[in-house]
Amino acid sequence: MKEFVYNCVSLSEEDFTQGRVLFETWKPVARYAWDAGIAIGRYLRELKNGRLIGVHCPNCGRVLVPPRMFCQDCFVPIDGFVPLQDTGTVVTFSICYIRWDMVRLEHPLIPAVIAIDGASPGMGILHLLGEVKPEDVRIGMRVRAVWKPAEERVGAITDIRYFKPIE
Amino acid sequence: MARNRVAIVGAGMTKFVRRAQETSKELAWEAASKALESCELTLDDIDAVVIGSAPEAFDGVHMKTEYLSDGCGGWGKPVIRGFVGGGTGVLSVIQGWYHVASGIFDTVLVVAEEKMSACQPHPQGAFITIFDNITERALGPNLLWIFALEMNAYMTRYGLSKRDIALVSVKNKRNAADHPAAMLGDPNITVEDVLNSEVLAWPVQRLDVSPVTDGAVAIVMAAEHVARRITNKPVWVEGIGWNLDTAYWTNRDLSYPTYVEEAARMAYKMAGITEPRKQIHIAEPYDPFDYKELHHLEGLLLFDKGKAAEATALGITQRDGDLPVCPSGGLLGVGNPISAAALMKVAEIFWQLRGEAGARQVPGQPKRGIAQAWGDLMQVGTVVVLGV
Repeated sequence: MKEFVYNCVSLSEEDFTQGRVLFETWKPVARYAWDAGIAIGRYLRELKNGRLIGVHCPNCGRVLVPPRMFCQDCFVPIDGFVPLQDTGTVVTFSICYIRWDMVRLEHPLIPAVIAIDGASPGMGILHLLGEVKPEDVRIGMRVRAVWKPAEERVGAITDIRYFKPIE
Repeated sequence: MARNRVAIVGAGMTKFVRRAQETSKELAWEAASKALESCELTLDDIDAVVIGSAPEAFDGVHMKTEYLSDGCGGWGKPVIRGFVGGGTGVLSVIQGWYHVASGIFDTVLVVAEEKMSACQPHPQGAFITIFDNITERALGPNLLWIFALEMNAYMTRYGLSKRDIALVSVKNKRNAADHPAAMLGDPNITVEDVLNSEVLAWPVQRLDVSPVTDGAVAIVMAAEHVARRITNKPVWVEGIGWNLDTAYWTNRDLSYPTYVEEAARMAYKMAGITEPRKQIHIAEPYDPFDYKELHHLEGLLLFDKGKAAEATALGITQRDGDLPVCPSGGLLGVGNPISAAALMKVAEIFWQLRGEAGARQVPGQPKRGIAQAWGDLMQVGTVVVLGV
């Protein structure tokens, strides 16, 4: 198959930094204003109030979080919002030393999937862990939300600063 | 349901490189022209074109199908482009298959192209927008998070160590040393090299992950009556399958890819495969990260859940093992130009089944192989079973 490999031109970093090849650059302006929608709109309003909520599916009976207008398994509308606790269990986590642009972070971030108490088993959300040493984090660890003060909350997932271990 | 038998009759590709001087369109043409040359056809012989390419955001060119179409030989022809993230390269073969199986076309040129390098300062930026725009993006995620979270869930469920998983990276990068288009082939790499590489997002380290890559791959597909005129070694598409799981990924069991199993079952049923472990002789599962190869081998029902690492340690997945896995060198070794990488896997099975894989040829004249890709928000499985 060797003869059917086209030997394309491989460039090095120096080809660009030393101007050996011509190129064009462009910086996109891409601005959006997203409607939060029926279910997540209510979720954000309750986050502003310092509360986590889920939704109840009348067909499978599960309590789902993040909230959604319909149960994607049963494809029927949910029949109400359900208050949840702001505690949960770490389902999985990472210790991340880089930013999206591959710049190294001085202090690693600890993203985790956290199964929220009061929701059905396995119902997790993505958030960050804090007030814990990276080496002490474990799957199965019990955690609690650390909220911003009421006057700083705006109705966003970041109204919870992070989750910290329950003593 | 009556449908035409479909074969792959030719394949070609570009070298996979960190940054190509060629534009996306030029790369597409290079691969397409090599595929046509490989089966001694010209564009006049092609009835329709299928394009596979991942997000527009890599190129910063919207309506990428139209932009790429000339390079893919699409001018003046029926052209289609499907997109399921990393699963795209195998989906494009599935699309090529139903174009021909339906009887609408006799010959289809399938071209998958990806030029990731244009996206600045790092193509990872193009992936930030796969996270939920309201409930996740505000947390500052990057692409590695989802892999790291999934890898940790997988390792913890089955009690696997980083060393168990690093063996996959070593195998594939060594295999790639024999691939003429490979970017990261290394015959001397060791497990220690992987375990000592920079930690990016634990448990993911630098050598656990495939690189940013530019490249393109193309194949030619044909209906049986045409295929037999083109070549005396057609490779038949025996089964296809694809499946999508929910986008609520934090609600799923990340330790097992159910959607890959569903896709595999669909393909096995169509191919009449009842015992995949006996009937599949060679596999190219999607390996953008080393643990993903294991994850996918289990989803493809080729090993029991949590047992693919043990099989790797025993050498079963080596080129001369009972089930050669990623003999090409995979994404970890050849490189990962997203959609093109998955089509490279299909091309590898094509070359292996024809006995044309050169230094990479697996022993024992394999008769049937499987290629699989994966993508979107850890939720899509695409599968093709090929046979001779």
